[in-house]
Amino acid sequence: MGVTVTVLSLIVLIPLSAVVLKAAEQSPAEFWAVATSERALAAYRLSFGAAFVAAAINGVFGVLTAWVLVRYDFPLKTVVNALVDLPFALPTAVAGIALATLYAPTGWVGQFLTPLGIKAAYNPVGVVIALAFIGLPFVVRTIEPVLRDAAADVEEAAASLGASRIQTIIRIVAPALAPAWLTGFAMAFARGVGEYGSVIFIAGNMPYKSEIAPLLIIIQLEQFEYARAATIAVVMLAVSFTMLLVINAVQAWARRFD
Amino acid sequence: MSRDKHTARRATDDPLWAKCLLIGLVLAFLALVLILPLVAVFAEALRKGLGAAIEAASNPDALAAVKLTLLTAAIAVPFNAVFGLCAAWAIAKHEFRGKALLITLIDLPFSVSPVVAGLIYVLIFGLQGWFGDWLVDNDIKIIFAVPGIVLATVFVTFPFVARELIPLMQEQGVSEEEAAVSMGASGLYTFWRVTAPNVRWGLLYGVLLCNARAMGEFGAVSVVSGHIRGLTNTMPLHVEILYNEYDFVGAFAVAALLCLLAVVTLVLKTMLEIAQPGVRGHGGH
Repeated sequence: MGVTVTVLSLIVLIPLSAVVLKAAEQSPAEFWAVATSERALAAYRLSFGAAFVAAAINGVFGVLTAWVLVRYDFPLKTVVNALVDLPFALPTAVAGIALATLYAPTGWVGQFLTPLGIKAAYNPVGVVIALAFIGLPFVVRTIEPVLRDAAADVEEAAASLGASRIQTIIRIVAPALAPAWLTGFAMAFARGVGEYGSVIFIAGNMPYKSEIAPLLIIIQLEQFEYARAATIAVVMLAVSFTMLLVINAVQAWARRFD
Repeated sequence: MSRDKHTARRATDDPLWAKCLLIGLVLAFLALVLILPLVAVFAEALRKGLGAAIEAASNPDALAAVKLTLLTAAIAVPFNAVFGLCAAWAIAKHEFRGKALLITLIDLPFSVSPVVAGLIYVLIFGLQGWFGDWLVDNDIKIIFAVPGIVLATVFVTFPFVARELIPLMQEQGVSEEEAAVSMGASGLYTFWRVTAPNVRWGLLYGVLLCNARAMGEFGAVSVVSGHIRGLTNTMPLHVEILYNEYDFVGAFAVAALLCLLAVVTLVLKTMLEIAQPGVRGHGGH
């Protein structure tokens, strides 16, 4: 118990307080000016916007993947199931250079997008692609256990009472999955907001256009603007804490139905 | 379609066309999002033949990066495994106030951006940091050196083992420990002979995930490393440097090694899940 709290404080809590203290060295006006500068606002917009779109994409395909993995049988299912965790196991820098190469204008996928007028890599679209890769397992793995536990007999009951398959899915299956879906969405979103390694290779990193918030922290650091770096970090930490509270609240809400 | 007995009995079975459509859709999506990047890494690494790839992955700078990555994992993973055991033991087997808060705080590194994780150690141990002057006076280097890399790695992999073990130990309850203690076993003896063996597969599972992240961490390590070739470059950082120098064969050759690590991790993880179904499902990451 004592050991746990001591190590936790030394490794996590005290270091995190350093960011807040560093940011607090500035006057509130200075803090506000840095936190809401044009360039910072553009970076938040990209980080939050891209993370939201990527989490939404995963919200759709994550549910389908979980559904197919739990309910259907098909060849090589074990392999497919293992592969879903690839984004957890693959270093983000590797994912970053692989995606940048694939979606570059001459890349395997990019060459088909260019004639359609879609510029994927070195553009905000690239940020969404990288975050969609990173976030997929969060949604699949939070929905999967709920889907597995959800007894098929409730669906059978619905059908025997005359509900069509579509009605059963909308009225019975979807509400049962909603809390897990929200949790997975929030986890994918939170991870996406802070993600760095997979994004910087494909983003192009143009200020005001394709520069993510974590990169802005690094740029400030490289210019030895520590207080400014800490300011952006405090804004991101505040968002992380909020997301954590939201996730906990959703899970507490979900447990009421158990 | 008439709702006769036949369709009602198979009510939870989707029509064949829907099944095939969904399976096809999901497999196509996973192929595009997951398999294609993996294939691309190996294809790019082998673009100039296997020889060039092996040469790129075994030059002195690359080998130094491999060594540093192994060293970092060799420190960070055991540290977090021991901490995870202690934390899970304290949380699952004892009652105290603020338990929920403690669990949330242990999870905190998962929701902090890796870049922020690196930044905090620069603010503490960097030249202008809290201990900056003292460290310079005593000629100790933490930032832009190996200790900083280890610290940042410990931070980002902090929750892996703990969050794997906490639910597992909570499920198992305290009855076996109570039996051991009532027969005169000491606390430490009970821990090693009763608690630890009960959670060994969960521990292995957590260590596996912890190790993959420790070896692959990029953002946090990138902030504290200083990118000194042959000295403070881990494998993911080495990939970045080579890539930014347009040495694509070199970058993808080292990346291919990291891909192999990921594949081995997934294979071991799947084997563990099949052999010990209880280890899985303790709440994602």
